[in-house]
Amino acid sequence: MSRYSIFSLVRNALSYHENWSAAWRSPEPKAQYDALIIGGGGHGLATAYYLAKEHGMKNIAVLEKGWIGGGNTGRNTTIVRSNYLWDESAHLYEKSMKLWEGLSQDLNYNVMFSQRGVYNLGHNLQDMRDIQRRVNANRLNGIDGHVVSAQEIKQAIPEINIDQGCRYPIIGASFQPRGGVARHDAVAWGFARGADRAGVDIIQNCEVTAIRQENGVVTGVETTRGAIKANKIGVVVAGHCSVLAEMAGFRMPIESHPLQALVSEPIKPVINTVIMSNAVHGYISQSDKGDLVIGAGIDSYTGYGQRGSYSGIEHTVAAICEMFPMFKRVRMNRQWGGIVDTTPDACPIIGNTPVKGLYFNCGWGTGGFKATPGSGWVFAHNVANGEPHELNRAFALDRFVTGFLIDEHGAAGVAH
Amino acid sequence: MTQRLRTEAGGRVDRECEIQFSFNGKNYTGLKGDTLCSALLANGVHLIGRSWKYHRPRGVITAGAEEPNAIFQMEKGNRTIPNARGTQVELYDSLEAHPVNAWPSLDFDLMSINSWFARMMPAGFYYKTFMWPKAMWMKYEHFIRKASGLGVAPRENDPDRYEHTHQHCDVLIVGGGVAGLSAALAAARSGARVILADEQSEFGGLTLASPTRIDDIDASQWIEQAVAQLAAMDEVTLLPRSTVFGYHDYNFLTINQRLTDHLPLSERNGGREKVWQVRAHQVVLATGAAERPLVFANNDRPGTLLASAVSTYANRYAVKPGKRAVIFTNNDSAYQTALDLKAAQVEVVAVVDARSDSSSELANTVRSAGIQVINGSVVVDTSGGKHLRSVQVMRLSADGKSVSSNPKSFNCDLLALSGGWSPVVHLHAQSGGRPVWDDETAMFCPGSPTQAQISVGGANGELGLAGCLVEGTTAGNDAARACGFDADSKPASADAVTSDAILPLWNVPSPYTRGRGPKAFIDLQNDVSVADILLAVREGYQSVEHVKRYTAMGFGTDQGKLGNINGMAILAEAQGQTIAETGTTTYRPNYTPISFGAIAGQHLGDQLFDPVRKTAMHVWHQENGAEFENVGQWKRPWYYPKNGESLDDAVNRECLAVRDSVGILDASTLGKIEIKGADSARFLEMIYTNNWMKLEPGKGRYGFMLGEDGMVMDDGVTIRLGEHHFFMHTTTGGAAGVLSWMDRWLQTEWPEMEVYLTSVTDHWATAAVVGPKSRDVVSAVCEGIDFSAAGFPFMASRNGTIGDIECRVNRISFSGELAYEVNVPANHGRYMWEKLMQAGKPFNITPYGTETMHVLRAEKGYVIVGQDTDGSVTVEDLGLGWAISKTKADFLGKRSLRRLDTVRKDRKQLVGLLTEDPHSVIPEGAQLVNDPRAPVPMPMQGHVSSSYFSACCGHSIALALVKGGHHRMGETVYAPLANGRVIKATITEPVFYDKEGSKPDV
Amino acid sequence: MLLIKCPWCGERDESEFSYAGEAHIARPLETEKLSDEAWADYLFMRKNPKGAHREQWLHAAGCRRYFNAERDTVSYRISATYKIDEKPPRDQSRNQS
Repeated sequence: MSRYSIFSLVRNALSYHENWSAAWRSPEPKAQYDALIIGGGGHGLATAYYLAKEHGMKNIAVLEKGWIGGGNTGRNTTIVRSNYLWDESAHLYEKSMKLWEGLSQDLNYNVMFSQRGVYNLGHNLQDMRDIQRRVNANRLNGIDGHVVSAQEIKQAIPEINIDQGCRYPIIGASFQPRGGVARHDAVAWGFARGADRAGVDIIQNCEVTAIRQENGVVTGVETTRGAIKANKIGVVVAGHCSVLAEMAGFRMPIESHPLQALVSEPIKPVINTVIMSNAVHGYISQSDKGDLVIGAGIDSYTGYGQRGSYSGIEHTVAAICEMFPMFKRVRMNRQWGGIVDTTPDACPIIGNTPVKGLYFNCGWGTGGFKATPGSGWVFAHNVANGEPHELNRAFALDRFVTGFLIDEHGAAGVAH
Repeated sequence: MTQRLRTEAGGRVDRECEIQFSFNGKNYTGLKGDTLCSALLANGVHLIGRSWKYHRPRGVITAGAEEPNAIFQMEKGNRTIPNARGTQVELYDSLEAHPVNAWPSLDFDLMSINSWFARMMPAGFYYKTFMWPKAMWMKYEHFIRKASGLGVAPRENDPDRYEHTHQHCDVLIVGGGVAGLSAALAAARSGARVILADEQSEFGGLTLASPTRIDDIDASQWIEQAVAQLAAMDEVTLLPRSTVFGYHDYNFLTINQRLTDHLPLSERNGGREKVWQVRAHQVVLATGAAERPLVFANNDRPGTLLASAVSTYANRYAVKPGKRAVIFTNNDSAYQTALDLKAAQVEVVAVVDARSDSSSELANTVRSAGIQVINGSVVVDTSGGKHLRSVQVMRLSADGKSVSSNPKSFNCDLLALSGGWSPVVHLHAQSGGRPVWDDETAMFCPGSPTQAQISVGGANGELGLAGCLVEGTTAGNDAARACGFDADSKPASADAVTSDAILPLWNVPSPYTRGRGPKAFIDLQNDVSVADILLAVREGYQSVEHVKRYTAMGFGTDQGKLGNINGMAILAEAQGQTIAETGTTTYRPNYTPISFGAIAGQHLGDQLFDPVRKTAMHVWHQENGAEFENVGQWKRPWYYPKNGESLDDAVNRECLAVRDSVGILDASTLGKIEIKGADSARFLEMIYTNNWMKLEPGKGRYGFMLGEDGMVMDDGVTIRLGEHHFFMHTTTGGAAGVLSWMDRWLQTEWPEMEVYLTSVTDHWATAAVVGPKSRDVVSAVCEGIDFSAAGFPFMASRNGTIGDIECRVNRISFSGELAYEVNVPANHGRYMWEKLMQAGKPFNITPYGTETMHVLRAEKGYVIVGQDTDGSVTVEDLGLGWAISKTKADFLGKRSLRRLDTVRKDRKQLVGLLTEDPHSVIPEGAQLVNDPRAPVPMPMQGHVSSSYFSACCGHSIALALVKGGHHRMGETVYAPLANGRVIKATITEPVFYDKEGSKPDV
Repeated sequence: MLLIKCPWCGERDESEFSYAGEAHIARPLETEKLSDEAWADYLFMRKNPKGAHREQWLHAAGCRRYFNAERDTVSYRISATYKIDEKPPRDQSRNQS
């Protein structure tokens, strides 16, 4: 397996790039594994990677019903930040942030994690109270960030409109310098390559059709490529966790909604950071390719169609034009949708289930991408040990019974 | 400069009407009817851009929406357009176009040094490098970003306006070629309401300038007649320059109509673009087919065009795209191009046909015209710098998989390519259809439609003129019938042309080892070559989506319209799969890029981005210098600065005026809901946490509403006006939600209850008159009410009059002062307000805004839902457990209050804070800790939700939610601030003013 | 963009409606007798099926009535809408889609 570097690139150029090996194998599924991860998105692949790397488990497989990274991993607007309000979330996302900061080197795959900062805009006085509250909490939790005024925003982003006469003027923001964006596909591919190197079987086009259990203990799965036995199964299937939960015989506090995004045509660099506005529902950054990458709000109805309503696009584009009037003549190239699993408290569910040996990691709503490495890291611990890591203990399924919710949207949590 | 490459005659350009324009700083002349690209070609300009990655010279390759190369920056300043496709830019006087992505100039592009390093830059090279040293990535990325992107975003605000319109129609026809026109004629003749949209300035599609005949007249004449017929019909809307860019569920389609971009800048008036949002009963997709290029070494030199584009330039635009042409094809259609070129007096050196034999009538016509046809051969390479100079041709082996040696070179400056045709299935696929691969014709054709829709003509894989006329007419008839009309049109006739089968040819066999020779391009805009696809496959990126993402194939502004089918076929070949197995990537909206401004339309600015709600007294507030605060959609007076006062000074003055004498607040924005019916009280018992059955008419009560999760959702005073009549107040922001919430319970869960809800927020104007002198003021204005303390007690409601206007006065207080809320029908709001101001003059009545309201209520420890609560706070947490009935069997949210978490003793609870330094005000949002020197992460105890300087108390006050706060009175907490300052404070009860609560009872 | 047939007003554009979640979740009558689990089940647990889904909509910018719809969550086709007091259309297999 060739290591990636400028030297290997030069060497391979001399041989017309004919000697690169596959980034991951495409093995046939074995009859039995020590652990199975269902779902070959970023979170699932990260889980497999850390299971192998941190917990020494080698005989494991990732089962993906389509192609790896084809769900929300390849459909999101790639924003990474860790400036969450509540301690539980903050610690989890900050763990993830720390992993992001060394991820390209750890994986030997450039995931293009680009720390160009994230602004969360405030448009009214209550927004600003919430921003102050969140930034203060972040600071005391050791997470970088500060509150900036409209003028400071304008200085950093000259194109932005801070006219106080507009409908919902920008009056300030939180800024997390360590936040940024990453190349979403590369995250899936990098984790896949890393996991594969450690011996993990990545099996694509393999859809799970049933979850086998005996006396409340999981024993394996049926798939479109045959039955596979395992005593530990981690389910990481954003957009389909209710479907898998039904197979296992329980229900989840989850609703799946369409979430849309869009990009402009590629243009020369004009936005050098990430700007998010919850109040007017628009999120924008610019990719390394030059596209303006724009996220919309979720559609109100549930849906597995990977598409939403045009009105959502219309509203988001209007919000972007309010914030950046000069973009009216830039053109929208492409739009698409994903399926996001939302929970009542806008926080994920990571941990054990009513079935022994069966673990779920789901409910990341609109914000799962940024958590990819951290989510995989804690979930690997949970799968390997059969019980949660300190960082994911609070995200247990039973919090909906006890009431120990971590109410991120109730408390100025921002989407994405 | 002269247009040296114009044909002698013909074309749909107006030779009398010359147009001056400039490109890359040079002036040129074109003709009316030209596109930017046809005018450039007429002037012999082929080099119009540089490719994205290798900065190779590139020229126009198509004549339509699939153009990847001819991308321009149009105009300058506030009218600039990045990434305009020159094939679709109509020429206008003084047009100014600039190349994109070339530095420092188009002719001498320094970045073309990249092509020297091309071998180092295969697909995905950036995933393999730029990782060391770690800290350098942001630097590397800076240069990557600079090199990326095409045009430049405007730096000035857009002066143009964009519009939206919503339409319903019986039949929407997309594409105005002969198939679409036939469908429109058939449907429209039946009386159906028809919309026909086409992206070009003229209807007619590819047939527009072709030398063919329909109904025994010239095709272009037939088209003119058809358009004239349609234009004369009342129920027909013709939309030229209109791109259908999205096909959504329930036959909802979006059309972008370009209204002014074809006009000189000085003549552009009115809206620039209009988006039509159409619900159609039936949709006919007549979007045509697009020709594919062929993939071989150096297939990207300027002078290389699609054969159909060559015909279009020659026939429609009267342009000779070169002087010596070679045509390279694998099917019959390009033979027509040979004839078209000959007619345009361009020398055709040879038709190189990969098929070993071509003997259709058309092919034989070409031969008899004296044009050399070389069968069983392919173009394997080209040479030239900024323009094509020659092509190398080799014989194809019998199995079609390799080529023999002895290349034959032909000098030429034009290479016309035809690799077959692809139906434009984009909208079909967007609508939910799945394109199906057809081996015989080598096309993805539309699959079964999932909506009321049919594809016809080229879009359905029908390439013959006669067939297009029949399919169009049939579809038009059928669509109209499906809408209930009698339709029975007969198709126009055209000669049926037979043609020989296509020889599918993807990666053209070449003398080079696969993947080693000069680059053979698939996606010209993103510089994706065959070698990139092979590398992706080798590295395990096998799904077509992986390959697309790894190589960036199809991510350009043409969305892969030109190259994707070739790419997928080459991928299939590389994987040993069939094309059907490999499949297509997903077709997504937009069909072509659409201005953000057009999508946003008029939903912008201070009035239309979101509705603005103003109270009846709004103008008075403006006239009296109020600063406003957005609260939900409402504009509320925030404070009334006098003589340049600061916010703090104004609020201190306003607060003292209220406490000492009297103030007046516009409270109209509070939500108001009338509740009537025999079960109203029983209903409120479920909605609110406290008891309502025994409240006597004429009295009000404060209540909390919980979500079913037990958390505080809304609060307010509800007044019982009669036995079965209540008047509910909600928070300003919560009004709409509360109404829907209550409606939902009534309609879905308790339909047996007789309760009627009516939102009356906008029907009433409300002035809160607050302060010890408030009674003097209201009693001077409101008649027919006994204002004595005994006659009108606290929490009572009375009806009276102001002049001949009815008013309702509620004795409610959100400040701890004696206070009255005077309500009149909204139209009389300003009258009431001015009467109260006048009556208050002797008492120096002071208008105050939301900020002072916040301070006054905080002095009393009254919470604001949404500021002191956040969706995770219970009534007990607020210390207001008295508001929860202990006797009711049930109310919404009750059961949640017994859960493990909700009964916890260490929940965050509302307390007051007094700072050690009475003048220091803790910033709202500050977090509280027990030990400010504890290491990070520092355990937090809670946060400050409201905090002010209280002029009335003479010290700062704050409300905070603190862990176990109710049992921590007198304890010290610290607020460590961002600037390093730490504020020390003591936990107290959250009431700072008039703790006995005697003031409102005077 | 959905086209929704309000049982009272007829077909209207989606933008006139607001979504109100899974239908046919009856509020328990004696909530105080429920276990925490049973209450959580009512409060939070949802079927969220991939396929036929019965759900509530409010004709918010119309007649202000809540009604039920049966919609396929993959194709978004609405097979029926019915008034709150009406029975749902014949049960369909969950796995049809």
